[in-house]
Amino acid sequence: METLGHLAHGFSVAFTPMNLMWCLLGTTLGTAIGVLPGLGPALTIALLLPITYQVAPEASFILFAGIYYGAMYGGSTTSILLNTPGESATIVTALEGNKMARSGRGGAALATSAIGSFVAGTIGTLGVAFLAPVVVKFALAFGPAEYFSLMVLAFITVSAVLGSSSVRGLTSLFAGFVIGMIGVDLQTGQPRFTFGSTELLDGVDVIIAAVGLFAVGETLYMASRRYAGKDEIVPLKGSLYMTAAEWGRSWKAWLRGAAIGFPIGAMPAGGAEIPTFLSYAIEKKLSKHKEEFGTVGAIEGVAGPEAANNASAAGVLVPMLTLGLPTSATAAIMLSAFQSYGINPGPLLLTTQADLVWGLIASLFIANVILVILNLPLIGLWVRLLEIPAPQLYAGILVFATVGTYGISQSPIDLVILYLLGAAGFLMRRFDFPTAPVIIGMILGPLAETQFRRAMTISNGDWSVFYTHKLSLTLLTLAFIGLVGPHIWAFIEHRRRRGPEHVPGDA
Amino acid sequence: MSTINQPAAPSRLAVPELLVGIGLLACAGAVAWQTLAIPVSPLYSKVGPTVFPYLTMVGLMVLSLLLILAALRGGWQPEEEKETPTDWKAMGFVVIGLIANLLLIRPLGFTAASVIMFVLVCYGFGSKHTLRDALTGLILALAAYFGFARALGVNIGAGFIENQLNSVIDAIIGALGG
Repeated sequence: METLGHLAHGFSVAFTPMNLMWCLLGTTLGTAIGVLPGLGPALTIALLLPITYQVAPEASFILFAGIYYGAMYGGSTTSILLNTPGESATIVTALEGNKMARSGRGGAALATSAIGSFVAGTIGTLGVAFLAPVVVKFALAFGPAEYFSLMVLAFITVSAVLGSSSVRGLTSLFAGFVIGMIGVDLQTGQPRFTFGSTELLDGVDVIIAAVGLFAVGETLYMASRRYAGKDEIVPLKGSLYMTAAEWGRSWKAWLRGAAIGFPIGAMPAGGAEIPTFLSYAIEKKLSKHKEEFGTVGAIEGVAGPEAANNASAAGVLVPMLTLGLPTSATAAIMLSAFQSYGINPGPLLLTTQADLVWGLIASLFIANVILVILNLPLIGLWVRLLEIPAPQLYAGILVFATVGTYGISQSPIDLVILYLLGAAGFLMRRFDFPTAPVIIGMILGPLAETQFRRAMTISNGDWSVFYTHKLSLTLLTLAFIGLVGPHIWAFIEHRRRRGPEHVPGDA
Repeated sequence: MSTINQPAAPSRLAVPELLVGIGLLACAGAVAWQTLAIPVSPLYSKVGPTVFPYLTMVGLMVLSLLLILAALRGGWQPEEEKETPTDWKAMGFVVIGLIANLLLIRPLGFTAASVIMFVLVCYGFGSKHTLRDALTGLILALAAYFGFARALGVNIGAGFIENQLNSVIDAIIGALGG
């Protein structure tokens, strides 16, 4: 009941004309960048971080949240019509959605993903509103040792469990730690990793890191891969309206997708990959039209994963708002926006910044409504964005990258750092290293270090605090299982299948 | 990572992946060098500013050794990625565009430097309409400049073009206001 009162207050914040305008701007911009291949919400929010110098926190978070939700809607359009998943969470949407588009049911695929996103986004946002206060009560019992262990768990799941390889994922994370440590150590004032340069004393700005890795790296990669096959846009055919049969097949999938996506997204481990793949597998198993999967495209295979994706995106906001624990690159950049206002997300945020948090949650409901309006009738308009030719698109991305970077300090050194990170981003893309853990490591690394040192100071330098506290030990055990479990499982599977005689022994 | 499922074929050395692993080991070395350079006050004998850097260094070293091991066993890149040739010419033009931007942004200002970068990058990506690209780049750069500089008050490097336009805009605003 208390939550309903907070929500009503949140709506009174979100329903001011200015905040509605920010919400509309964010959702429109988010849809556009979601549609354009090569851009994502993390990069866009990073480029817009300078508005935090000018605009009230409520307004900028409403804008950022609109971009975050909008990108989910736009991303499905690209996956369905272009078969180019912008991020790992929309891979599954592309699987069936593009097949549907090729067999002339692209309109229905777009409609089920938009309405499914609306249903799941609304359920997920309700989940945030009701779950966040519960998590806060739990989180207040956390000491520094528990926080540190929780962050270790988040590090392991975000980089090792979700990616294609735990070694490469962890490498990205550790690279992020190094970037995050550049600058003055906040507790002792000692400069670290500055190579004697005064320019680096302030550290590397998160904008430069995100823009370098995502925009410059992506542009270099696309330039180097021009010989790879060209994507073709499947023209939008057929009615945008779903038939009664398609509605009947979609709605259960939406609800199931939301039920899978939200809890997994809300865990401190987060991630949208697992719930989307899980939802796809479940829909395939339950479907009465199994023959459509992978051939002409099954509508359940779009509806379920797309709902799971949006619900998990909402879920990611729970650990971000209540624990200050970002589990996606976008959430990490939103956390740095909080920091630039001098606000530290954590258990107290819901009470000390009630206007901000509840206004944000209320605006997410509004964003969902705006998005379904923007995406159903105007879908043809968004599709036209796909016709922007690659040369001008990538050249334009670089111009905006320069604005975002050079605008911070007008220092050419920042451009040098941007390009170096861009080169690193290119190599990472080329050699299949995930880039999101770099950003998460960069933002969360220093926070984890602070908690670690705090815990060690309280315990007088006794390392046992991390394993004598029950909760901390549980979290570390979970992290350890997450790291080695899949390898042990693969090893056992291998032995069972091929007998024990040749075991190359994997790293 | 999962070399488990590969048959016991003679594993070949993957040179690009090996270079990545060695480069990362060098980075770990740089981290070690910079960590040793952090001055530690004797008052902070327990958990000073070097503990986390040391942990990071050890982690990076272990990970780069694992990557080198994977490279010695044949690498981790899928075949289709290896078979796609790299378009060095396109990449070269993008890099030249970036460097030109870096060198020109101070002397020429944001807009002029951006237009030059825009044209070079477009050319690298295979666009043959250089004049049209220059015009597109100009419009985009001005939109970006005025979007940030005027709407958000973030003053990015103004050059000749921006100063002229700014004085024109100020004159118009002044005329309307006065």
